[in-house]
Amino acid sequence: MTANGWFQIGLFIAAIFLITKPLGIFLVRVFERERTFLDPVLRPVEKILYRISGVDEQKEMSWIEYGVSMLLFSAVSMFLLYFMERLQHWLPFNPQKLANVTPDLAWNTAASFTTNTNWQAYTPETTMSYLTQMAGLAYHNFASAAVGIALAIALIRGVARHESNSIGNFWVDLTRCFLWVLLPACLVGSLVLVSQGVVQNLKPYATAQLVEPQAVQTQGPDGKTTTQIVTQQTIALGPTASQEIIKMYGTNGGGFFNANSAHPFENPTPFSNFFEMVLIFAIPSALTYTLGRMTGSRRHGWAVWAAMTALFLVGVSATYWAEAKGNPQLSGVNQVASDMHSGGNMEGKEVRFGIANSALFATTTTDASCGAVNGMHDSFTPLGGMIPLVNIMLGEVIFGGVGSGLYGMLVFVILAVFIAGLMVGRTPEYLGKKIETFDVKMAMLSVLISSLTILLFAAIAVVSKFGTSSISNPGPHGLSQILYAYTSSVGNNGSAFGGINANTLWYNTSTAFAMLLGRFFVVIPILAIAGNLARKKTAPASLGTFPVTGPLFSVLLISTILIVGALTFFPALSLGPILEHLLMLSGKSF
Amino acid sequence: MKQNLRIAIMMTLVTTVLLGLLYPLAVTGLGQLFFPAQANGGLITSGNQVLGSHLIGQPFSSPAYFHSRPSAAGNGYDAGSSGASNFGPTNHQLIDRVKADVEKLQAENPGTPIPVDLVTSSGSGLDPDISPAAAEFQIPRVARERGMSTEDVLVLVAKHTMGRQFGILGEPRVNVLELNLDLDATHPRR
Repeated sequence: MTANGWFQIGLFIAAIFLITKPLGIFLVRVFERERTFLDPVLRPVEKILYRISGVDEQKEMSWIEYGVSMLLFSAVSMFLLYFMERLQHWLPFNPQKLANVTPDLAWNTAASFTTNTNWQAYTPETTMSYLTQMAGLAYHNFASAAVGIALAIALIRGVARHESNSIGNFWVDLTRCFLWVLLPACLVGSLVLVSQGVVQNLKPYATAQLVEPQAVQTQGPDGKTTTQIVTQQTIALGPTASQEIIKMYGTNGGGFFNANSAHPFENPTPFSNFFEMVLIFAIPSALTYTLGRMTGSRRHGWAVWAAMTALFLVGVSATYWAEAKGNPQLSGVNQVASDMHSGGNMEGKEVRFGIANSALFATTTTDASCGAVNGMHDSFTPLGGMIPLVNIMLGEVIFGGVGSGLYGMLVFVILAVFIAGLMVGRTPEYLGKKIETFDVKMAMLSVLISSLTILLFAAIAVVSKFGTSSISNPGPHGLSQILYAYTSSVGNNGSAFGGINANTLWYNTSTAFAMLLGRFFVVIPILAIAGNLARKKTAPASLGTFPVTGPLFSVLLISTILIVGALTFFPALSLGPILEHLLMLSGKSF
Repeated sequence: MKQNLRIAIMMTLVTTVLLGLLYPLAVTGLGQLFFPAQANGGLITSGNQVLGSHLIGQPFSSPAYFHSRPSAAGNGYDAGSSGASNFGPTNHQLIDRVKADVEKLQAENPGTPIPVDLVTSSGSGLDPDISPAAAEFQIPRVARERGMSTEDVLVLVAKHTMGRQFGILGEPRVNVLELNLDLDATHPRR
């Protein structure tokens, strides 16, 4: 670990802190339909969209109608993506003449991008046409992000309103999120990325003549090795920047290329890397301020922010420490950091990012449900790779995905005030609303569905041939690979211990179900809470009310998250990464 | 329900045109206008031949060139199919591969521990850079093979060493392809 490494991490936290309030205020103005500086341009576009789609912007919705609209939109757009993949060979913008995508992979990918997961069981540059990437995959980066943010705003309204039957209008929230929150930032931000070297074109792949042709040994299907002289390098191109920007800003994480943000065309410089990391946390962090502002308790918003930041700091420190220590099994190798190199565990990492920025990126992308990677988590040290896994297991609430992080966190807030209420023997209250049986039941339901889905699917996979045959790293690491696959799917993260062969009928089908359960079955109880809270009366705070502001609340919230996570997942973790760590120290390999 | 279904269909279609077609095409237009070199891949050309990209590494095996890091992209530095080894830390394939590379490198420069990035494969398989330590390690070999003094090679390496961006971000690095092209241009192989 180096002073400069810590300084870069500090700089990142400072940037997030500075963004939180202004962006949070902007979000309030957008969703409360107040005037913003973008109105002269965007208001006419908004009206046109409503007219074509037949939206009545004055209408208010109950939580059920809001939920049904959200599900209908997700289903329709998911089917469109599925058919686009299945038919891409005959559609335009396909200079590489890529074939139609197979049914199970197309289904998996459609579920993956609709749920903001962006799990990728394919190599994009050899599978997806430019049209599928732009109008299918990148479009869903916008759509799933806007859906998530709309749901979070609906839940905040549920908390803020009283004796009301409605929580907003889904179509209006969706449209305003598209037009005000996502599109302008992406237009500007994608050009920033292009300036750094992220490609943006519609050309066929380029071919370079290698400076030094290479003799390559390849094994034919008959098992014979043949030597082949490679003289050319094919360089994949495409409309990358326009997708890269929303991939980060919408915490989607699906790479335009297989190597994701490790690829020099997705993330060419240290500055593009910093910019991309800030984009991941920008909206999730700002939403805590939006929460405080819309519920009239800014200190509550900051208390939630503080809990998130504390958990983030623990994670990034642990990952940085583990990766900087390196792999003790590599002998004769200098892994000690100096001015001349970053040292540490560099397998699967890029030189321009080194250890500090790879550890920071891995923590950020798994705290938020982004899932983009600039280094390969599968090759991290056992403990360095466990932190990303734990971050997702905790429910994607450490900032979390856009919107989904906040509504996930509010579930834990409800559990925390419930536990506090039990301890002091009073009816729990949250910002003046009594938390009753129904609310706690729904909160528990949403927590249990995720944990149960992860453990159940992982359990099936580890005891069956179709599950274990996809493992690429034997030993305890194999269990970690399977565990990571389902945790990432249910948590809608999308990163992977990438060695696992996920493009099989079993994994394509099961992870697709895991992703859909992890998104929609978690969201429905939350909308029910929103609807129920909106109906309640607000009671003034009394002496017996447990305050949801200040350090005591932040600590209670952190404890709730950690206790739920540890009780659920510690046994599995001890057989995976923890065991591997001990075996690595004792010099064992597999 | 029926009304919301109609809205869902129309909303999907209209926003797909806006965000899935008009937006990326606008970014393509603006990118090509303002940053044409970057938008097209930062290609290095000589005449009408493409030699490579500033951002994409190439494989080198001759002792007269600086070598890039090991690569797991296709057959090595296949920029049409990026990817990593994804070897776990206790996978013997990783440990054996590193051991074999270490033995080869120790033979050419005995007594110096090998900088870790030179024997580990990158996340993209296309890493254009090596660390300054990994470049320094290779200087004696390249100087010997090209009949240059180590000082002359050192000067070229220093010329192609990039510090941290804005003095703060990322890590110092040496672009291997640019360095080797410069070597060929100024000190052709004997």
